[in-house]
Formats: sequence, C-alpha cells, structure tokens
Amino acid sequence: MLNSSLTYNVSVSGVFQRNPVAARTESFQPNTANGEEPADLFSEEDSGPAARSSNSPPGYKSSGVHSDDDSDLFAGVLSRNGFYCSFWKLLLFTHSFSLIQLEEDEVKDNFELDVAVTNPEKIGDGMNAYMAYKVSTVTTLPMFRNRTFSVWRRFSDFLGLYEKLSLKHSLNGCIIPPPPEKSVVGMTKVKVGKEDSSSADFVERRRAALERYLQRVVSHPSLLQDPDVREFLERDELPRAVSTQALSGAGFLKMINKASDAVNKMTIKINESDTWFDDKLQEVESEELQLRKLHTVVESLVNHRKELCGNTAVFAKSIAMLGTSEDNTALSRALSQLAEVEDKMEALHQAQAASDFFIFAELLADYIRLLGAVRGCFEQRMKAWQRWQESQSTLQKKREAEAKLLWANKPDKLQQAKEEITEWEGKVTQYERDFDRISVTVRKEVLRFEKEKSKDFKSQLVKYLESFLQSQQRLIKFWEAFLPEAKAIA
Amino acid sequence: PSSVPPVHPCLRDSGARSVSVDLNNDASLLIDIPDALCERDKVKFTVHTKTTLSCFQKLDFSVPRQHEDFIWLHDTLVETEDYAGLIIPPAPPKPDFESPREKMHKLGEGEATMTKEEYSKMKQELEAEYLAVFKKTVQVHEVFLQRLSSHPILSKDRNFQIFLEYDQDLSVRRKNAKETFGSFFKNMVKSADEVIISGIKEVDDFFEQEKTFLLDYSSKIKDSTAKAEKMTRSHKNVADDYIHISATLSSLSVDDNTKVEGRVASDEELKLTELLRYYMRDIQAAKDLLYRRARALADYENSNKALDKARLKSKDMAQAEEHQQQCLQKFDKLSESGKRELTSFKGRRVVAFRKNLIEMAELEIKHAKNNMALLQGCIELLKSN
Repeated sequence: MLNSSLTYNVSVSGVFQRNPVAARTESFQPNTANGEEPADLFSEEDSGPAARSSNSPPGYKSSGVHSDDDSDLFAGVLSRNGFYCSFWKLLLFTHSFSLIQLEEDEVKDNFELDVAVTNPEKIGDGMNAYMAYKVSTVTTLPMFRNRTFSVWRRFSDFLGLYEKLSLKHSLNGCIIPPPPEKSVVGMTKVKVGKEDSSSADFVERRRAALERYLQRVVSHPSLLQDPDVREFLERDELPRAVSTQALSGAGFLKMINKASDAVNKMTIKINESDTWFDDKLQEVESEELQLRKLHTVVESLVNHRKELCGNTAVFAKSIAMLGTSEDNTALSRALSQLAEVEDKMEALHQAQAASDFFIFAELLADYIRLLGAVRGCFEQRMKAWQRWQESQSTLQKKREAEAKLLWANKPDKLQQAKEEITEWEGKVTQYERDFDRISVTVRKEVLRFEKEKSKDFKSQLVKYLESFLQSQQRLIKFWEAFLPEAKAIA
Repeated sequence: PSSVPPVHPCLRDSGARSVSVDLNNDASLLIDIPDALCERDKVKFTVHTKTTLSCFQKLDFSVPRQHEDFIWLHDTLVETEDYAGLIIPPAPPKPDFESPREKMHKLGEGEATMTKEEYSKMKQELEAEYLAVFKKTVQVHEVFLQRLSSHPILSKDRNFQIFLEYDQDLSVRRKNAKETFGSFFKNMVKSADEVIISGIKEVDDFFEQEKTFLLDYSSKIKDSTAKAEKMTRSHKNVADDYIHISATLSSLSVDDNTKVEGRVASDEELKLTELLRYYMRDIQAAKDLLYRRARALADYENSNKALDKARLKSKDMAQAEEHQQQCLQKFDKLSESGKRELTSFKGRRVVAFRKNLIEMAELEIKHAKNNMALLQGCIELLKSN
C-alpha cells in the first residue's frame, strides 16, 4: 500500500490547475477512481512546462474591468445562444475581480511545492471500511526531508488538519480553506460495496475536493509554514484524528457561521473611518448569496443534462427500430446510422454533464464554503475589536475605581487598584495591537483570496469551455460522417 | 399572470418546409398562408390563392380561415366516396399553445422570486417559444392545402375550391356538414381499421406487403415521434437552465454590456421531431386507404356470397349480379388507385426523409462550428489576460 515511487506524467494536470512557475518541472496525473485512464475531460489539455508557463504571467496584472471595445466585439456574436451569453457573463464576472492592487510581497508566486491526491483505495470491509488516499508531494523546499514523497491519508485526517489549523490561525484573521463535507450517505454506499457509477462518482468527487483543499492550504504562505501541515504531508503514520468523529469540517464551519450570525444580530458596528472592511464584508455576503443561487441552477443543469442523456439513448433505440422496419434499403441504413450518431451524442451529453458537475458545480460549492471562511475571519476581527473596546471600558472603570479610592483614602486597596490599572493598560495596548495586526492580516488575506479566486475561476472556466470545445469537435465529426449516408438515400 | 400579446408575424419562411417536397410548383394553382393572426385561443389564417384556372372567379385572392374550416375540408374529402382510393392528406393538428401558455403562467407566479433581468429573459424566451409554435401551426396548415393543390384529383374538388374562394364565413356550411355525415362514422373507422386490415385475406402481393409494412412502420414511427419529443423537451430544459445561469451571473458581474437576443434551442432536433410527427399522421392516412380498400373487398366478398345464394334460390339474380359487379368495380378502382397512391407516397416519404436528414446534419455541423468559433474566442480572451 505504501510506496514511495511516483509515476510522473507530464501531459496531464489536475482539475484545479494552478499557475505554473519556472521552478516546476513535473506535474501529477490524477487517476480516476478505478485507476484507469482519466476521462478525456482531463487528459487532453496542453502539456509540458514550456507550454504552460507561457500562458500565465508571473505576477498578476490588474487588468481592470473589460473595456467597452472588447465587449462590443462579442456582444452580437455571443448573444445568439443563451449558453454563450452566460459564459460571456462569467468572463465579466472574473474580470470584475481583477481590480486588485498588487502588493509588493505578492509577486513571489513561486509555489515550490506541489501536492496531489490520488489512488483512492478501499481499506477493510463493511461498516468499518474507509477510503485511503495517496497524498503525493513534490517540492524544492528545504524544510522537507525529501524532494518527492507520498503518504496515505484518510478523510478524517484531512478534517483533523483543518481543525488544527483553525484553532491556531483563525484568531489571526487567516482565511483557513475549509475541507469538503462529510457525507454519510455517500460513504455508506462505498462501505457497503455498491459498485455503481454513483459511488464511483462520489469517490472521484471527494478525491478531487480533497486535492483542491490541500492545494489551497499549501498555497497559503503562512499555513505552509505550519508544522502540522508539514507533518500531514510527510509523516508516515498519522495519529488518528478522533475529535473529527464528532465535529466534521462542516460542523466546525457551522459553529463559526452560527457565531457570526450571533454577532450580526448584535449589530456590532466597528466605528472606523476606513469603510473598506464594512464594504468588503457586504460584498462577500452578497456574493455568497449569488453563488448559492447559481449553484442551485447549475445542479439543475446537471440533472437536466443527465435526463437528456437518458432520453437521447432511448430515442436512438427507437430510431434503430424504425430503421429495421423501413423498406427502402438506403433509408433504412441511414436511419440505423442516425441511431448510432444519437448514441454517440448520448456519450457526449454524459461527458458534458460530468464537466458541468466536476468543473462548474464543484467550483461554486468550493467558493460558497470559502466565502463562509472569509466571513469567519471578518468575525474574528470584530471579536478582536470587541475585546479591545471592552478592555478600554474595563480600564476606564478601574480608573474611576482608583479615583474613588483616592478620595476615600484607603492606601492598601489603592495599591491593588494601581496594579490592576497597570495590568489593564497593558491589556488595552495588547488588544489594540492585536486588533491592528488582525486588521492588516484580514486585509492581506482578503486581497490574496480575491486574487486566487479570480485565477481559479478563470482557469476553471477555461477548462469548462475547453471541454465544450472538444465536445463540439466530436459532434462535428459524427455528423460529417453521417452526412454522406443521408445523401446516399435514394 | 401575463397574457401573450396578439402576434402578427410575417411568415415568409419557405425554407422551413421540409416535411413534404415538390409542393406548390404548379403555377396554375399556387396556395400559401402569408399571414396569420392569433387572438387568445383562435388563430385566423389568411389563405392566399394565385391561379390561372378558369374554375375560379378571380386570379388572385385571399380569404380568412379558422382551424375548424380546415378540419371541415378534410372531413368532407375523407367522406367522399370517389376519393376512397386516395390517400387524403392528414388534417393539420389543432394549434396548441398550451405549453408556452402554462409556462408563461408559471413565470408570472414566480416573478417575485426572480431578478428583473432573469424575468425579462425568461419572458423573451417564452415569447420565442410561442412564436415557434405559431409558425409551426401555420406551416402545417399550409402544407395541408398545398398537398391538396398538387394532387391531380383532389385539387379539382368542389369543396376545396369553396374553401379557397368563398369570402363569407364557412361556419354555416360546417354545421350542415356535421349533420349530414355524423361523427359516428368517423369513430367507427378509427377503431376498426387495425382489425379489419389485418383480418382480410389478401389476394394481391403488393397490398399484402404494404399492409405488413404500414402496420409495423406505423407503430414504430409513433414510438420514435414520442421519444423525439421527449428528447427535444430535455434539450429545452438544459437551454432554460443556461438562461437562469446567465441571469444570475449578470447580478454578480460589475459590467453588463451584452444584449440577449432570442435563442435558438436545438432547432435541428425540432426539425427531426416535426418530420416524424408529420409522417406518423401521413402513415395513418395511408392506413385509412388500406382500410377503405379492405372494406371494399369485404363488400365484394359479401356480394359474391349473396349472388351465390341468389343463384341457389333462383331469386333476384339480376339484382345480385349487378350489385356484385358494382362491388368488383369499386374494389378494382380502389386497388388501382390505391397502388398508385401508395407507391407515390413511398417515394415522397423517402425524399422527405432524405431532405430532412441532410438538413439536420448540415445544421448540426454549422451550429457546432459556430459554437467552436465562439468558444475559441472566449478561451483566447481569458487566457490572454
């Protein structure tokens, strides 16, 4: 089960494609759940470091919102089909977030570590069974023992990592990437050994989500330095994360969300002249709402497309039957050819539904969770402010108490009061510094997050469109092959 | 709930007619439906005739007609004895706006939950669907008339001429017709034909083959039509989802320059569905011909038996002989004309399928090539930034 050799396949990159850098020389091939060749969905992207590094600039250019010229170029052409209208919108959407000022220390987009999650394997049987995933790392960072290594982890390990990181870093205002959610139904099917496409889908969905989760963790400069992360990637045997049985990543998030709801209800408004935080939080909240709405529609799209698959297959069979009953030979042959084309269309629709889901829907689901985490760090900042304000009012009370004592002339109590005042003065200073620090962190984190989000959406969108492009190419081939058959009817 | 405004579109879309070919080529009698008006449930078609034939009073004239008038015309043709040996073109189906109307109703109810833009997009979409249904019904009514005008015998029918020319309301005539013929006859035809056709002992190879073929083909094409309709509906659902996605994305993006034009949802598939639906009805018309011939054969056989009886009893022999001769003549005439009709029907069907399948394939390719160009453009744009 454990093995330290990795197979490198330069031609394939993961679903979540990160910006390549000159330092990277290899990439991973995420195998599908069966270890078979990955679907076309993944395998026909551009390959090689040379090709990839030319696609993206080393830093991120703030290109601003699309200029009017460009949009006119596309408005008439694109809008004929609502499908393309929606992608035009998605384009604008990703660009709307490119209004980001680049900070100097963000230029180092050098990710000297790559991680992949592959080879899901079922360990054990029955209700105690679980899925183990291979976590493989390639790195040039000196803090690791080797350059390439892999370990086996199970789902609860990932949740355990999240909890450790949350406990340590969320108080600083860090945006901790949330892990995928627990799913009792999904896992039960796998445990029971149901070998159908829905459990294969579930495993693949989880594997891809875990991979994206880890990739987000390691691309966060502070989190990467955390020893727990290092241990997760490197250590052969990880102590079983027991607490996650009670509290999944989602449960933890729910806690945070509940807390943040409570805070909102208290209508704490930080009195500050800089409206950046307030504005940003409102932006985040409204965006989360929209993404939820969008996600619902995309889920509907996936279902409708699956329905279309089924109906196309049924239609193909019916046309084939009609063909056998047709007494004109050439027409009969053409009809059976048509049935074959429709069968191929069904496969196309199937692949497209997978693309809709694995690329588009999952992207949205990830960001709904991430936006929740972003809200969480705003709440942390608010708590820090509260703490500071409360300490100030406590200090004030202590000072008033001291004044009273001075007047009442009780020297022994006075000493204590003075000590308390000193203590609270220290706390006020401390909390103010904490608040300033968390404000700086939150600001930096949010900007970084927006940058990542823009990149992410863009690269996923490109993937999505490329899969469509491919399906259209295939479609053309099918119908071009059919055309002579239709013309041969006499 | 919002109602669909009365539509008054111009329908000069001759390319759409691919369910039947070789129609409206004879300059001596040209028919088309250039215009139609839709008010609530009623569609008023403007039937325009251009002719060089002397039997008409004018050379170029138009009359307004309703769907019920077409049905009247069809039914009188079906019930005309002389046409028993012909395939009467299937009656055009009643204009059915149920689907877009229901959707419009649902849209109205859900208006509060959508953004303004989403609502207007959906509304546009539904209006396009409504228009498509409208165009389709006009086309189907037009094809019916053109099939009649291009038929050597049916084009001379007196009622057909009345239909084209009579500038008063036909509803009076329609009422009379119902009383004369009665609807029970029609029902009898519909329910009995399968049994009678399959039960008859066939003497002619041609008709034996035709019978087998038509019965089998009929059930298969019914099935294919239903499955095609289901597939087309699914495709529409997918397309509708994209509208919702587009609308939601609008509220997410900062800038909104794009205009949304009417969308064409897989009209390639719609074409095929239309073809199948049309021939499903046409096959039924061919089966009706077989039925009438089978009835005639049954009548002939009965008349033979009656003649034998008469000979035995030596009573009413002349009468029986004459009756038998009539039945034989009728049967022969039907068989001769039927053979002709069925052969040309076959040819017509093959040609129509060919045309439709070619058009469908070409459209799919064209559409996909357009899509590819757009996609490539999008991808370039995204990658370049």
